[in-house]
Amino acid sequence: MGFLIDGFNQLQTWLLILLSPLNITEPVLQFMLVSAILGLSIYLTLYTGMFSLANGGFMAIGAYVSVLLTQQAGWSLSLSILTGMIVAGIIAVPIGLPVLRLRDIYLAIATIGFGEVVRIMALNFDDLVESFIKWMVQKEILFDSLISRAETSDMLDITIRDNGNVRVNFELLGGARGIKGIPVMAETWMLVLFLIIVIYFIIRLHRSRLGRAMAAIRQDEQAASNMGIDVVYVKNVVFVLSAMIAAAAGGLSGHLTRIIDPSNYGFDLVVDILAYAVLGGTQTWAGPVIGAMVLRALPETLRGFSELRGLINGLILLGAIVYLPSGLVDIKGFRGLVAYFRNNRTQRKEMVKDNANT
Amino acid sequence: MKSKPETSHPILEVTNLQTSYGSIRALNGISFRIMHGQVVSLIGANGAGKSTTLNTISGILKADTGQIVFFEEDITGLSAHHITRRHLIQVPEGRQIIANMSVLENLMIGAHIRLDKAKVQTDLEGIFERFPRLQERRKQKAGSLSGGEQQMLAVGRALMMRPRLLMLDEPSMGLAPLLVNEVFALIAEIKSQGIPILLVEQNARKALQIADYVYVLDRGQIVNEGSAQEIQQDTDILSAYLG
Repeated sequence: MGFLIDGFNQLQTWLLILLSPLNITEPVLQFMLVSAILGLSIYLTLYTGMFSLANGGFMAIGAYVSVLLTQQAGWSLSLSILTGMIVAGIIAVPIGLPVLRLRDIYLAIATIGFGEVVRIMALNFDDLVESFIKWMVQKEILFDSLISRAETSDMLDITIRDNGNVRVNFELLGGARGIKGIPVMAETWMLVLFLIIVIYFIIRLHRSRLGRAMAAIRQDEQAASNMGIDVVYVKNVVFVLSAMIAAAAGGLSGHLTRIIDPSNYGFDLVVDILAYAVLGGTQTWAGPVIGAMVLRALPETLRGFSELRGLINGLILLGAIVYLPSGLVDIKGFRGLVAYFRNNRTQRKEMVKDNANT
Repeated sequence: MKSKPETSHPILEVTNLQTSYGSIRALNGISFRIMHGQVVSLIGANGAGKSTTLNTISGILKADTGQIVFFEEDITGLSAHHITRRHLIQVPEGRQIIANMSVLENLMIGAHIRLDKAKVQTDLEGIFERFPRLQERRKQKAGSLSGGEQQMLAVGRALMMRPRLLMLDEPSMGLAPLLVNEVFALIAEIKSQGIPILLVEQNARKALQIADYVYVLDRGQIVNEGSAQEIQQDTDILSAYLG
């Protein structure tokens, strides 16, 4: 393993030198890789014909669970991320069962709702626990064990004034401030390794019985059901898989950024993830991966344009979506584009000729 | 699947089936039965309820009342995939080919309900032998096939599911006359393999040639029944319902 990582680091150094004209530094590359994993998470659901935008919520769950485990419980990074994935997968089941009966835009809205619930839970978790403990202290439920817990733990603080007022201070998720000072434990090779594992898994999936069922459901749910495919079951399995991949992305990125706070996982993130799939296309798994990487790299690459950066970034995306509607990773689309411009040129020439003749 | 001995029990028995689309009743109490090895045909004009009958049996539509018994098991109200998993297979109207998938993948989707992998492979080879056109085009997208080829693919896919009863909904619809003959030759071949068939057809003359027993539907009710010969000789029926 050790010499493999060394070899990878060598490769990465050269790659970063090659990418330096594009302003891609190691942190940028890491974000590109995290985004690529998120792109694959939404690819799975889109491939099954589900317009689900719950990925942001599951990413938050993965991030918070794994960071708590490494920071509070002292678990290893890999075990923490794995646990985060499992927790997200378990939460996905009761969410998916009712919600996946919805379709299209209705499913999108319901899953955005789930993401918001997760975000607001993370925002208010400490306050909730605080008021609960305060209530317990006032009612003298488990009084002694709470007080002794408060004395040993730096998470919990209980002060009882002479007039009987109780003040409780609890800090675990940090509310809007988030969790700070997380050591950087994830490394680029881990991101690459995980991305490769997910891609391999998806390639295998496509050739499997489940993969064929997914494709059939995307095309025609009624036909799939007539073929004996349990549509509800397949959709839920895919939803769980997608949640686990998003949670892994969350766990990995949580150990890269030093700080995680609820605003990282809001609606903006969901829109970004959807944009990876739209820009890259969903014909193959490569679409969202390339889409994510381009979308993440572009603002850095365009840094030289200073204040015009946002404008040019927007124009490039607009152009890509107008001229390559089925995404960057679509050979037919590129052929069509070439043909389109070629025809235009010959047409224009003919027009000039016609004008000259008349 | 082992071949069962001939019994006196019908393999499919439908009793007093009623189905509605919203407030409009499409089936008004339909009862019929299919015996071993039989080809039974439902004929009737447009809107008589033929497709509704098939869709109710296959679980796409839910019956208001009535009972469907398949191999002595009550399957009324089961969802479509559960009914398919009992090897009661419908080739729906419009074929429902998965257009974006290859011919081979479409056939493999047919094997979704089967766990006997080795036999799936031999069945697949058998299908390709029977339909050389499908073998030639096995890597092509199913949507690029002609109408007749798509119908062959739909039937091939149904055969991959090893049907204990095959329900065909308008298999000749939209096909050129020559292809219609080909489809009916195929139905005769499936019948000769001992697979019972429930056939819904607008092309009643063709259906009468191949069916053992015929039920005539009109406005959601069975108005006549009999062996194919009896129905064929009854000129009133022919002129009233078949044009």
